[in-house]
Amino acid sequence: MDPVATPYFFYGLSAVAVLSAVGVIMRRNPVHSAIALIFTLLSLAGLYLMLYAPFVAGVQIILYVGGIVVLFLFVIMLINIERMQREYQFNKQWLVGLLAAAALGALFVAVYVKGQSIFPQHAVRFPEQLNTQQVGKMLYVDYLLPFEIASLLLLVAIVGAVVMAKKRI
Amino acid sequence: MLRLYVEEKMLSITTFVIVSVIKIVIALAVLLTAVAYTVWLERKLVGRIQNRWGPQRVGPFGLLQPLADGAKFIFKEDLTPPYVYKPLYIAAPILSLVLALTSISLVPIGNWVTVRGVRTPLEITDVNIGLLIILGITSLSVYGVALAGWSSNSKYSLLGSLRASAQMVSYEIALGVSLVGVLIMSGSLNLREIVDMQGGHMAGFIPRWNIFRGQIVAFFVYLAAAFAETNRVPFDLPEAETELVAGYHTEYSSMKFAMFFMAEYANMITAASIATLLFLGGWHGPLGGPWWLQAILPVFWFALKVFGFIFLYIWIRGTLPRFRYDQLMAFGWKFLFPIAVANVLVTSLIVALQK
Amino acid sequence: MADILKSEQSPSSVEHIEAEKGVDQPFLDATELILNMGPQHPSTHGVLRVILKLDGEKVLNTECVIGYLHRGVEKIAEHRTYAMFNPYVDRMDYVAAVSNGLGYCEAVEKLLNVEAPPRAQWVRTILTELNRIASHQLWLGTHALDIGAITPLFYTFRDREEILKIFEKYCGARLTTHAFRIGGCLYETYDGFEQDVKKFCDFVTPKVDEYETLLTTNRIWLERTKGVGVLKAEDCIDLGVTGPVLRASGVKWDLRKAQPYAAYKNFEFDIPTGQNGDTYDRYLVRVAEMRQALRIIRQAVDSIPEGPIMGKVPKVMKPPVGEIYHSIEAPKGELGYFIVSDGSTQPYRVRVRPPSFVNLQALSKMVEGALVADVVAVIGTLDIVLGEVDR
Repeated sequence: MDPVATPYFFYGLSAVAVLSAVGVIMRRNPVHSAIALIFTLLSLAGLYLMLYAPFVAGVQIILYVGGIVVLFLFVIMLINIERMQREYQFNKQWLVGLLAAAALGALFVAVYVKGQSIFPQHAVRFPEQLNTQQVGKMLYVDYLLPFEIASLLLLVAIVGAVVMAKKRI
Repeated sequence: MLRLYVEEKMLSITTFVIVSVIKIVIALAVLLTAVAYTVWLERKLVGRIQNRWGPQRVGPFGLLQPLADGAKFIFKEDLTPPYVYKPLYIAAPILSLVLALTSISLVPIGNWVTVRGVRTPLEITDVNIGLLIILGITSLSVYGVALAGWSSNSKYSLLGSLRASAQMVSYEIALGVSLVGVLIMSGSLNLREIVDMQGGHMAGFIPRWNIFRGQIVAFFVYLAAAFAETNRVPFDLPEAETELVAGYHTEYSSMKFAMFFMAEYANMITAASIATLLFLGGWHGPLGGPWWLQAILPVFWFALKVFGFIFLYIWIRGTLPRFRYDQLMAFGWKFLFPIAVANVLVTSLIVALQK
Repeated sequence: MADILKSEQSPSSVEHIEAEKGVDQPFLDATELILNMGPQHPSTHGVLRVILKLDGEKVLNTECVIGYLHRGVEKIAEHRTYAMFNPYVDRMDYVAAVSNGLGYCEAVEKLLNVEAPPRAQWVRTILTELNRIASHQLWLGTHALDIGAITPLFYTFRDREEILKIFEKYCGARLTTHAFRIGGCLYETYDGFEQDVKKFCDFVTPKVDEYETLLTTNRIWLERTKGVGVLKAEDCIDLGVTGPVLRASGVKWDLRKAQPYAAYKNFEFDIPTGQNGDTYDRYLVRVAEMRQALRIIRQAVDSIPEGPIMGKVPKVMKPPVGEIYHSIEAPKGELGYFIVSDGSTQPYRVRVRPPSFVNLQALSKMVEGALVADVVAVIGTLDIVLGEVDR
């Protein structure tokens, strides 16, 4: 059975991802933001699936949705929502914000214009059953050093966060 | 996956949809019945452990008790306390139940069968990363608990859901790592392939189940982590009724409570199924039989092994006290996790040396 | 803590969250949570209310609120004759009603200057010790339930039932027995009383071992009880804590030995003590006390003397003007009665020193710095009965 209705799935998932991403930054209630973030990440996982990357999709759900956002929510649940909602949530960095947004927009445009020549019109379909092994090979054979450096960086970040958060160790 | 692709490519889209719907209906009916009778079994067994009869008035041996319970849940007043955050308060139990029921769709319970010329696996869908998706769905189920506790606007609920989210996120790691050994040995994330690897015997009589092939430590780590993931005794702190009244579902009544209740038991069944598939050889059993039994026997063996797990769950509930929160965390991080990691190291070393 | 109380009583939790945390406090540091445990809570053993100030799950401070079961038992005594008040005392510690009755009867006897005949003393001892076992069994079951083990409860209730059957056969009542009268016992023992009691002793001895197989060496039980709710011997004495809680801290103090009453001086028994004063030691002490109680019962049944069961007391009791304090070793600790007589048929004042009430004071000291789960364990290990705390 060949894939059906692929474009509709793509546009549907993209729309959910973008709209909920807007929701993440626009909602005043942090719990709403966290839930919007869940939707963003889930629709991203769907997009990965459409790209024949089921392993990445699964990991996206387990790690981001099932792990990291839970920890966000964990912290948010402890704080006083009523008070948070009354606070002004945007600091007045309009100039920097505009610059960043413009730079990001320019990047998107550049990728769109240039990308048509870089990427072939129809990407080669990967053989699906080798996907997981391929990810493993990429990480542990081809890019072992960057992978290890990244993990070390993350470890440093974890230790730093613990040291900063915990006043009395 | 390639095989599935070929097999299912031959079906037309109409047949595929019809077959899928039939399978979903059957799976849902079987799972919900199993959930109801797991509750009955628990009450009956814990009753016997505690010198009581358990349910025995409704029907023979109290077999109709689940129906009576269901009717009671439906007719109870559905209270919504004031000051709850309604959208999430209503969504949380639904989310719990839906996720618990969804994960069963990836659990294969037997071989391929051919009915009226349509060849189909005995599961709703066969995915080549089935295990990963099941883990993903289980990891999502923490939201039902966390949001229920937060939206209830009650301190007991909040404490319960904090305990639950911390516990489930922590034990998920040990649980996931404990499965890696099996994955290394079978080289696949497809549950069907993992089970196929475990067919046959070693040395003539020992089944080639993963538990007998060096994964016994992983099995016990998985067992402990699965108990914690499903919030069962001795890890039932999120709903410890003597401390937190009822934990995250303190403020729930009627069907909303029943949904949490059903989700818990459905999760138990899923956890038991995964243990069966990964460690106990899935539907492989010791006996063959005549041809007409060949179709049924795998399902029977699978069900028997799952029943064994459910029995263990209940038995432990009748025996052990409850951990304390800090002990639970220490047990998960300082004991289970290192053991699981050590198991992965040893297994991968052995597999690498064998190659 | 007073303002905590006030804020807790506001009807909506949303409002009092505002009240607790001032507007200017940074929100991430405001980790204190005030949790109101009880009076309706599955494991406060009745209507005890404990207000906990928590940092996450850690207990910073506690406050007990009692009085939800106050029935004015002491005041009622002032309007009843000495004999009429006797059944009321059963309603204080309703799981050890026989002990309550014994304490009251002996106190009034002391006031009247009469003594119960030896046979009555023996019967009293047997019944009181049976009641001690029943009380400890109920404690063990509920305490294990608090810690999460659901099965011991049913085992102990099954065996406690046999004791209640003996009570029922003896005096017709199971829980609030009103077994004794001032000056002795009203009822002669029924035919086969001795055999029943002996049979019970043989029946329950292996059962106590059975409870222990479930708990004593259970790893989770050990982790949950060892080092939890530690109370040092000095603290016990300072707080006036008595009974198994005191003995688990290593103080060998038992009124049955220290100032023998009833027939206790005729029997041999040990006073089990602990060393660490933690929840586990209290558990061991109480289990050992069950065994000692069986030992006493066995000796008493074998040596029960013949003779009258009721002493000579006047129909209308008018004790001489004066006051008396008499205390006995109830299952939960020292149960004392202070009775003031003005020479009339009714006591001028009765004051009860209930063991649960005094022991409950130790709660805040025991749970400081512990976790929420420990609070439940500690409330269980103190073995309180709210009927007695509030009277």
